[in-house]
Amino acid sequence: MALLDVSDLTVTFRTNDGPVNAVNGLDFTLAEKESLAIVGESGSGKSQTAFAIMGLLARNGAATGRVAFDGTDLLSLSPRQLNTVRSNQIGMIFQDPMTSLNPYIRVSDQMAEVLQLHKGLSKTDAITRAVQMLDAVRIPDARARVSMYPHEFSGGMRQRIMIAMALLCRPRLLIADEPTTALDVTVQAQIMTLLGEIREDFDTAVILITHDLGIVADFCDRTLVLYGGQTMEEGPTAPIFADPSHPYTAGLLRAVPRLDREAEVLRTISGEPPDMSNLPAGCPFSPRCEIARDHCPTVKPGLAPMTDSRHRACHATPAEMHEEMRDG
Amino acid sequence: MKLAQPDAKMLQEVGDLAEVRGRSLWADARARFFRNKAALAGLAVLIGVCLFAAFGGLIAQYERDFVDFSLMGANAYQGSPSIATGHYFGVDIDGRDLYARTVQGTRISLLVGIVGALVAVVVGTLYGATAGYIGGRVDNIMMRTVDVLMSIPFMFVLILMLVIFGRSILMLFIGIGLISWLDMARIARGQTLTLKNKEFVEAAVATGVTPLTIILRHVVPNLLGIVIVYATLLVPQMIIFESFISYLGLGVQEPNTSLGALMSLGTKQMNNGTLWMLFYPLFFFLITLFAFFFVGDGLRDALDPKDR
Amino acid sequence: MADPILSIRDVSVTFDVRPQGAWPWTPSLKLHAVSKLSVDLMPGETLGLVGESGSGKSTLARAVIGTIPQSGGQILYEGRDLAQMTPQETRRHRRDVQMVFQDPLAALNPRMTVGDIIAEPLITHEPRTPRQEVKSRVAEIMDKVGLLPNLINRYPHEFSGGQCQRIGIARALILKPKLLVCDEPVSALDVSVQAQVVNLLRELQAEMGLSMIFIAHDLSVVKHISDRIMVMYLGCPMEVGPARAVTATPRHPYTQALIASVPIPDPVREAARYRPVLEGDLPSPLSPPSGCVFRTRCPKAQPSCAQARPAMEAADPDRLVACPFQEVEEVLAEA
Repeated sequence: MALLDVSDLTVTFRTNDGPVNAVNGLDFTLAEKESLAIVGESGSGKSQTAFAIMGLLARNGAATGRVAFDGTDLLSLSPRQLNTVRSNQIGMIFQDPMTSLNPYIRVSDQMAEVLQLHKGLSKTDAITRAVQMLDAVRIPDARARVSMYPHEFSGGMRQRIMIAMALLCRPRLLIADEPTTALDVTVQAQIMTLLGEIREDFDTAVILITHDLGIVADFCDRTLVLYGGQTMEEGPTAPIFADPSHPYTAGLLRAVPRLDREAEVLRTISGEPPDMSNLPAGCPFSPRCEIARDHCPTVKPGLAPMTDSRHRACHATPAEMHEEMRDG
Repeated sequence: MKLAQPDAKMLQEVGDLAEVRGRSLWADARARFFRNKAALAGLAVLIGVCLFAAFGGLIAQYERDFVDFSLMGANAYQGSPSIATGHYFGVDIDGRDLYARTVQGTRISLLVGIVGALVAVVVGTLYGATAGYIGGRVDNIMMRTVDVLMSIPFMFVLILMLVIFGRSILMLFIGIGLISWLDMARIARGQTLTLKNKEFVEAAVATGVTPLTIILRHVVPNLLGIVIVYATLLVPQMIIFESFISYLGLGVQEPNTSLGALMSLGTKQMNNGTLWMLFYPLFFFLITLFAFFFVGDGLRDALDPKDR
Repeated sequence: MADPILSIRDVSVTFDVRPQGAWPWTPSLKLHAVSKLSVDLMPGETLGLVGESGSGKSTLARAVIGTIPQSGGQILYEGRDLAQMTPQETRRHRRDVQMVFQDPLAALNPRMTVGDIIAEPLITHEPRTPRQEVKSRVAEIMDKVGLLPNLINRYPHEFSGGQCQRIGIARALILKPKLLVCDEPVSALDVSVQAQVVNLLRELQAEMGLSMIFIAHDLSVVKHISDRIMVMYLGCPMEVGPARAVTATPRHPYTQALIASVPIPDPVREAARYRPVLEGDLPSPLSPPSGCVFRTRCPKAQPSCAQARPAMEAADPDRLVACPFQEVEEVLAEA
């Protein structure tokens, strides 16, 4: 059985201008120890998906559908039950570590509190465990630094502390929401390497949410491309990058300048990211799609299997897509 | 070749249209404000009070300083509020028409509040924005001056001034004008410090726009939101301030009056059974204050940048 | 060879930082944001500045546009020192050198209409321009950057990030400047919009013959748009050279590490690539390491590195590297 089985997940926000769907009927599964990348731009609903799984949606948001974690539907749990699952089984890492670390409390106390609360450890034991965990995320001299305050650490170190905290209760699933966006490239490389090692050491399944195609290529078994709150394509990472089957993925890969290639001009995707309060009834990408058919804006393409492991949502066949996108 | 093609479809759709009118932040705020029922009610009450202060005198049957000697001292049993006699709000202990006096008192109180807030907005905003924008030593000197002025016990100084230079409305205005802008200057300066580091200000500096133009074009308009909110909350504060002075008998002098002075007279006569002398001025005092608070709250919600 | 439009000679920029809990009479600490940096920019050339946060690249840009004073060295714009310009020359400099900012929305005054924002430099420098002409020039430049001129009365918050950046570019270009300084112009934008803006900048540069300083932390973007690249670390230049050469055959250990850290969206190449990870964090700019500033994280550091700051040595005719132990490393082969 899959560790996480999300089906028909829809996240709706009530706003002054009427309801806005941030996520529209999302389906995906995640096996034990597997890593999945959710890739998308701003407004793709990637972060809201994570918040919905964690039950952390803003107050004006509501999630419907089914999020089965190990067989239990998280959406139907009471806040209290959800809290137990969340603290023991799922860990989360955020983009900005400072928002989730309390600046006025020592790192040791913040980490120990989690263990005391959820594992019933004594304070000394909890701090010992905390130091072990900081060692595990390669914080040099952890024993001495554990009693420092969060602001005394650099950005990269703080992100390591966040990872250590997320791992304290040995979660089976780790959700990382843009974990390296606020960091420099060299530090990003450190953190991504660390996450890769952690994954193996702790046997954790990982959902990596990002806008950066580069770090996905290096890290994840499977990739899910989101646009306008809907899946564009989904499947094992390598084939998606080698041979994208959706015009959005293909366009995105061509639009990124690459260090290892020369290009006179970059091929672009025209237009702007979608306005979530005003999506077309059909394919959300259709206004920007260079191969859009007449019925694309009105008829929604379903997520259909392409091979055993790959799915795509496009009215054009892969062959048609390659033919039409070659020149332009 | 045109690489940065705007969306071709969009071009066709809107390309021929005339210039599109934008929706400014002010328009957005106005829309939000008008959705706020409490604030709207406050605004309606406020307009009512202003109309009352401005035109209420037209339907008064008596001059405000007309003394009806037949009623003097007898107001408790002959001068109660009545439509028939034309003394809508009754008469006071001296036999004067309380309706006419309340109209006039409301007028003075509103005037004091609004003048105080205006001084605060104009002087305080410009002073604070200048200090914050220039920064460094100038800022230090300007803001320490404010600190010094603030540390003076103003109520005491104002009372001294009123005693020495004589009690007049002018003196009252000067006194209120002197203190009302201090807080505003601090608020404006604090906001300016944040604004100064915004990239649009840097962009203006880099193009060579002069400091004065930057303050007037880029800083002040972005301060106005918070300034307006604070000003609407400052008006009632000034009204209370004036009432307190008048209550002590140092403010507005006879035959002029203000809500504070009227309430002062009213409380003195409470034991004589002429409660209307307290009730009517108090009523206008309270609804004015509440209306200002509601409007101020509504404005704060409407202009709050967090909402965007 | 033509004269450089901009010549940066031994420029240092320092900031005063008040130590925490200091008395008013304690001396301020000196933060060396840029130290002794030299580089020339030729007319029509694009110089890319790369480095991580704290490398001083944005500070250098602000010294060039003249909003932050340099504390040492000279910045020569068309042969004239910025610090000794007459008021007329300063006005010319402000007119000829324009900047595009990182955060597209924050760079636009939210209370002004797009038309007023774009027209501001024009009104500032040519106050006597008739209204009708202002309007037509704004419309012309809006059209050029790919904005519909009928949006002239809209406000910034009604636009998306990419469009806001186009407005920022229009404002920078309305005076037909000679040098455009772009401070991370695409890093706040969505991936699919980045390419549009990069292409627009390149196209406009070719059309208007602009010189450009292009700052980004994303080496791939910088390489794509620049003729030459300067890699900076902690305020010091590490390596300067032609874009293609610097990225293909980096010589400085820091450049090599930087390139190795950049992920490539290609799982096959990525798996095949050797990616040494640079350990540690950036040292505090308040107390930079002695000698070579990179030595604390450098895999090739020698005891001698702590002695003196290595000079920029000419590796190739057009290539300068600040490392005595430099060697070519093929971190990345061309695909």
